Amino acid sequence: MESRVRVLLLSAALAGSTLLSGCSLWPFHRHPAPDSVPVEVSDAQGSTPPVVDPTVTRRQVKAPKIKSSDFELGGFIGTYSAQDFGVNPVYGARLAYHVSEDYFAEGLFGTTQTGLTSYEQLSGSSQLLTRSQRQLTYYDVGFGYNLFPGEIFIGRGRAFNSAAYLEGGVGATKFAGTTHFGVMVAAGYRVLFLDHVAAHLDVREHVFTYDLLGFKKTLHNLEPTLGVSVYF
Amino acid sequence: MTFRLNAAQRWLRLTLIGLSFISTPSLADEAPRARNLQPARYVEVSVEEAYLEVHTGPGRGYPVTRVIARGEKLDILMRRTDWYKVTDDAGHQGWVDRESLSKTLLANGEKIKLDDPLHRDFDQSPWEIGFQTGNFGGGNVNSLFTRFALTDSLAAEAAVAQTLGNASSSVMSSVGLAHHFSPHWRISPFVDLGVGMVKITPKSTIVQPRSRSEQFGYYGLGTDLYLTHRLLLRADYRSYTLFSKDVPNEDRNEWKAGFAFYF
Repeated sequence: MESRVRVLLLSAALAGSTLLSGCSLWPFHRHPAPDSVPVEVSDAQGSTPPVVDPTVTRRQVKAPKIKSSDFELGGFIGTYSAQDFGVNPVYGARLAYHVSEDYFAEGLFGTTQTGLTSYEQLSGSSQLLTRSQRQLTYYDVGFGYNLFPGEIFIGRGRAFNSAAYLEGGVGATKFAGTTHFGVMVAAGYRVLFLDHVAAHLDVREHVFTYDLLGFKKTLHNLEPTLGVSVYF
Repeated sequence: MTFRLNAAQRWLRLTLIGLSFISTPSLADEAPRARNLQPARYVEVSVEEAYLEVHTGPGRGYPVTRVIARGEKLDILMRRTDWYKVTDDAGHQGWVDRESLSKTLLANGEKIKLDDPLHRDFDQSPWEIGFQTGNFGGGNVNSLFTRFALTDSLAAEAAVAQTLGNASSSVMSSVGLAHHFSPHWRISPFVDLGVGMVKITPKSTIVQPRSRSEQFGYYGLGTDLYLTHRLLLRADYRSYTLFSKDVPNEDRNEWKAGFAFYF
């Protein structure tokens, strides 16, 4: 008798636990979904029970793009010593790209109005070149190496980044009505007074060969310049 | 009664407004407070390593004057070459190298992804600009070129070249397409094909030379060598055919080498 009662009680307990666990499947027993988790209920098949797709939508954090400032654009003025044709003011422009902290590539353009040779000055009226032929323009594309990066100090509280650099390149010089292939070597010093503004002191040598006087002659033209440039 | 300022009063007022701007305290002092009020202009990261060294300049030789501890936050202001200018919560600024900064975390907890200059991503850096010099039909040639990557393998190219020969000089402009066989290799060969215009000016010291313009087509092959830090060397050969109006077509060969950088 006692065993029968025990069997009945055990059966009732089993049935009760089964029912209770079954109730947990009912939707109204579910915990409400958090606001950030959208719940999509699919009832496309009508008779099928709703399928819950617990897709969590991640918050998209779109970071702003980091600005780069590897390019440098600027201008310069100085003097250009055209061999045989005097020392004259020169002005020009530069565009550089800083490849790494050590190297940079640079394009240069400059122009100057050359003067009279000693022969022309002594002879008076004799002119070797017309005015337009005396206009000397050049371009060079070079590659530079920051040899001595460092800082300069002005007073007690100011320090500016700087670099002494060497540069070499090739280009062309238009002079006396003809364009000549040439090479350029340079040494320069750059001081960044602001993150985006630099001052330059450069000395360039342009080497090219011309045959204005009927024989080939190699010229070494020196050009010291001062310039300002901005990084972007 | 209408109230009108005379000229002197207007100038006085403008001067006072100007002075009030000048006498505003230094922005550096106000930076931390202002930073929280403004919408995010810069990428903010937090230091994950034990510490982060901040240099005074964008180079390995510049001294380390500040160390940022783990968990502290930084704003990235800009990049120059492989150095990033950052500012901390107190408004102190300095430069951090790419490798150190790549170990920091974004606001969502992910590691920041920075451009890796040693591995080109054609989507991030489709542009190339370069310069080559060499030999064109016995004379010198200087060529400034640009390329834009349409896909990893295919690029549109344009160039302006100046040839400087003994008998003549010319300016050539061209457009074309280049195909790289293995764009992700360190040594990456390519072929290219294009058309252009050339203006040829004969050299003459006695009479004023008469220049002529011609169209041309070219095909070529060459190779890139990715050196380092967005820099590559390029050497190539091109065969040109000048479609002359007056004389039979002329062929020219060109060999040149130079460098390019991508961005």
